[in-house]
Amino acid sequence: MKVKSVIYYKIKKVSVNVLIHLFLISVSVTCLLPLIWMVVSSLKTQETIFRDMSLIPREFHFENYYHAWIEGGFGRYFINSILYTSLVVVGIVVISSLAAYAFSRFKFPGRTILFIMFMAAMMIPIPGSFVPLYVLLNKLHLRDTSIGYVLCMINVGLSTSIFLLKTFFDKMPKELEDAARIDGCNKLGIWWNVALPLAKPVLAVVVVFNALNVWNEYVLALIIFDSKHLMPLQVALMTFQGEFITKYPLLMAGLTITALPIIIVYILMQKYIVKGVTQGALVG
Amino acid sequence: MRKFYLVSFAICIVAAGILISGCAPHGSKNANYITVWHWMTDREAAFMELAKRYEAKTGVRVNFELYAPSDAYSQKVRAATQGNTLPDVFGILGEKRDFGAFIRAGHILDLSPYMLANNSEWKNQFFSKALAVNEFAPGNNYSTPPGIYGVPIDVMTIQMLYNKDLLKQLGFNKPPKDFAEFLEIGKKIKEAKMQGLVSGWGEVWMIDCFANGYAFNIMGKEKVLNTIKGKVAYTDPDWVKVLSLFKDMQDSGILATGLVTMINKNAEQLFANSRAVFAFNGSWCVNVYKGMNPNLNYGAMLPPKVSEKFPMSIWGGAGSSFMVNAKSGKKEEAVKFLQWLTGKEQQQYLAEATNNLPSNKNTLNKLPEVLAQFAGAIESSTHPNVWGVSEFPAVIEAFDKGIQSIIIGEKTPEQVAQHVQSVKERELAKKR
Amino acid sequence: MRIKDTLENYAFVAPAVVIFSIFYLIPFLYVFQLGMFEWDGILPTKTFIGLSNFIEIFTQDKIWWNAMLNAGYITLIALTFQNAVAFLLALACDREIKMKNFYRLIFFIPPVLSEVVVGLVWQWILDGNYGMFNTWLRGIGLPGLAHNWLSDPNTALTAVAIVHCWKGFGWGFLIFLAGLQTIPRELYEAARVDGANAGQSFKNVTIPLMIPVAVLVGILTILGSMQAFVLIIAMTGGGPAYHTEVPVLRILASMRASSRFGYACAQGITFGVILVAISFIQYRFSKKERA
Repeated sequence: MKVKSVIYYKIKKVSVNVLIHLFLISVSVTCLLPLIWMVVSSLKTQETIFRDMSLIPREFHFENYYHAWIEGGFGRYFINSILYTSLVVVGIVVISSLAAYAFSRFKFPGRTILFIMFMAAMMIPIPGSFVPLYVLLNKLHLRDTSIGYVLCMINVGLSTSIFLLKTFFDKMPKELEDAARIDGCNKLGIWWNVALPLAKPVLAVVVVFNALNVWNEYVLALIIFDSKHLMPLQVALMTFQGEFITKYPLLMAGLTITALPIIIVYILMQKYIVKGVTQGALVG
Repeated sequence: MRKFYLVSFAICIVAAGILISGCAPHGSKNANYITVWHWMTDREAAFMELAKRYEAKTGVRVNFELYAPSDAYSQKVRAATQGNTLPDVFGILGEKRDFGAFIRAGHILDLSPYMLANNSEWKNQFFSKALAVNEFAPGNNYSTPPGIYGVPIDVMTIQMLYNKDLLKQLGFNKPPKDFAEFLEIGKKIKEAKMQGLVSGWGEVWMIDCFANGYAFNIMGKEKVLNTIKGKVAYTDPDWVKVLSLFKDMQDSGILATGLVTMINKNAEQLFANSRAVFAFNGSWCVNVYKGMNPNLNYGAMLPPKVSEKFPMSIWGGAGSSFMVNAKSGKKEEAVKFLQWLTGKEQQQYLAEATNNLPSNKNTLNKLPEVLAQFAGAIESSTHPNVWGVSEFPAVIEAFDKGIQSIIIGEKTPEQVAQHVQSVKERELAKKR
Repeated sequence: MRIKDTLENYAFVAPAVVIFSIFYLIPFLYVFQLGMFEWDGILPTKTFIGLSNFIEIFTQDKIWWNAMLNAGYITLIALTFQNAVAFLLALACDREIKMKNFYRLIFFIPPVLSEVVVGLVWQWILDGNYGMFNTWLRGIGLPGLAHNWLSDPNTALTAVAIVHCWKGFGWGFLIFLAGLQTIPRELYEAARVDGANAGQSFKNVTIPLMIPVAVLVGILTILGSMQAFVLIIAMTGGGPAYHTEVPVLRILASMRASSRFGYACAQGITFGVILVAISFIQYRFSKKERA
């Protein structure tokens, strides 16, 4: 009887696992297909890219990567993009976690109104905002400067990040913070030493979310920058897809190159999404 | 801790300070260079080369600044009008109405004095159709002062293309001479399970362009313009006939599946790889097809006509044009550069390097075969921007989207005609 | 002491508020004002027309409300289908299974991929003639279903919605996973000690703790789906006819094709107010659920 039930549970466990893996694998296949297509296409030529859509190219044109890099002038733009992305992400993480922590923990007059304002901002897209933004930046002498662009992009990601972080701060146990306060830690110290480490998983999400956002942005950059040497990487990609002619292999090579850093950021951040667990375990 | 509060408030104070301290524009830079904004990715390299030649010749540096894609470019130019930061030379994308607004806002220099100098020397070297897009007649509908406000740097036409090999396979040695024969080929295509006509009809303007040609063919230019002026209704039998053509084409099987949502670049892939018999595309396609399939055996023709009453017409004229900023301090230099750019030699170079049709008519020799066919069609070309009247955008949209509905079998041509007319009446009422 | 405390609290939110006021509030107020003007976006002169733009949206612009419904449909599919898949995947990856890290990496590929690639590949999959999906349908004995999914008015919107969900589920997955990972393991152990089986501890521990995260994902999904447009341009251009038209495309059309800048601003504000209302209702609703 007992043996039977053990076998029964074993079978059940195995079949559940198989089902789970089947589910995971089938979703994975759809995710991988476009990626593989992109990479394979980047190795084809303009002539063969649509003639034979197969996923195994006959010849490998690795020189596409070289051409994409040179023609797109990637070197300079790459550095710009990395600079903008890291500045914006650091800015957003600091500013939004400060604000979200205050919204979650402190009581002060106007708290609800301010928070609702941020939430509303997240939801109301302002379609023509590039015009007033342009005029404003022009008046502030921030147009065609990196600082102007970085500040605008910080603003873009701010509301959503505050919302994300506040949700998680609300959910987190307060006991540790109380303990720290009794130990004589001030508010800023608690935020830095207690709250932020606990929020690592969601901070990782905030980092990935904003990094991707900034990395892929080009419309605003195109509007406020006149100088070529300030442009981000996406602008270089646009030169491969002209109004009439798209250089597909170079575009795919360029897209592959630009996707890499984001994937790396994601892999790095993933570690923290896991690490959060052990931290959480320590708390209890 | 205290430090943090200091920093936090310092940020606020600095920000407020920046806000309050205002204005004073950037000082104007070196007199010996001009800046050109454009969106033409495919011509960037050729422009750079020309700029180099110009600098070697005159010592004036020309900064070509590329901002792509064209949508974002268009927004940039509009934003720059609000900040008064337009460059010395730039291009405008959009309809004649927008062009007119730029002129009325004082952003664009009237070039007619330069065009007409020395017995219209500069003016006469252009195709008149190419220049027409940039001309504003006295008393025009856009309330701008009359004049020539832009320099065309190339021309284009939009035509029908046919794959010679596939036609032969279907048993036709020649492209269809009229619409009936076109539909016959459609039936054969359906039987052979091939794909007929591909085009970017997901981007509605290409539908408009196709329909317009047939409207000219069926009722003549004057009646089309009278419709726009509100004197003829869209419910007129001639317009219903234009709309019915799309139903006929769909019924015969000449339209490729998925045509209604097809993006032009996808249509180009299909035609270039001999997956479709016909295409409806602009002269830029020669360059595209060459890149994707150099051995493609194809020809260009006017869309097969329905009626003998009026000539068939296609869209064409100026491809892209440059304008000079009326508020720039370097107007003279800018004009001189544009004069040089549209000179014979430079136009020749641009045409060869980019496979576009030159706007300078003295340059039209030794073009590749299909490109020459496109160039030949320029005499049959017209464009909404030269009609002097503009249809309401809402009406154009109702018309084009209506044609999509006809193709997917959702509405009859009569229903679409009625709907378009009701939109037209609504817009007319709003204007009054 | 009180005052110092309050000042300290304000210092936490001050940087966010300052940046927000300069770069969001000022442009927003400007756009709000523009909504009451007839302006082409170019001329220095603007004509004040009061609330006419808004009245036109509410009384005449049927296409706008149709686009709204389409976006609503996409959102509905995203809220149910996309989030269900995202949650299930997160649950699966929260367990101790093999290749966990591999899956986590893979599921984030769609959000990273450029819309250009996604549009091209899915068009190729859903194409009527040589599309992979149709080949597969014929293969499993359903040739009757094979057709062009994107240009058929009956399937276009659903096809677009599915691709949109596919592109976006990675975010839901990531946030759900982060949420699951912050649930202290002790709670599960405590539940087990109390004699709860897997199903019960899921119901009593996981679900209650995940509700705020689900609300968060829900609101982000609503925002993302209602505002989707890049993929739609790449796949159908809003067609056939108006079957995949969405509000953002309408706003862009007013701004560019018709040069009605003021009207576009009015549309944007109407759209935003509706989004705020929907999100607020969802928030309230879930709060009641929790209580």
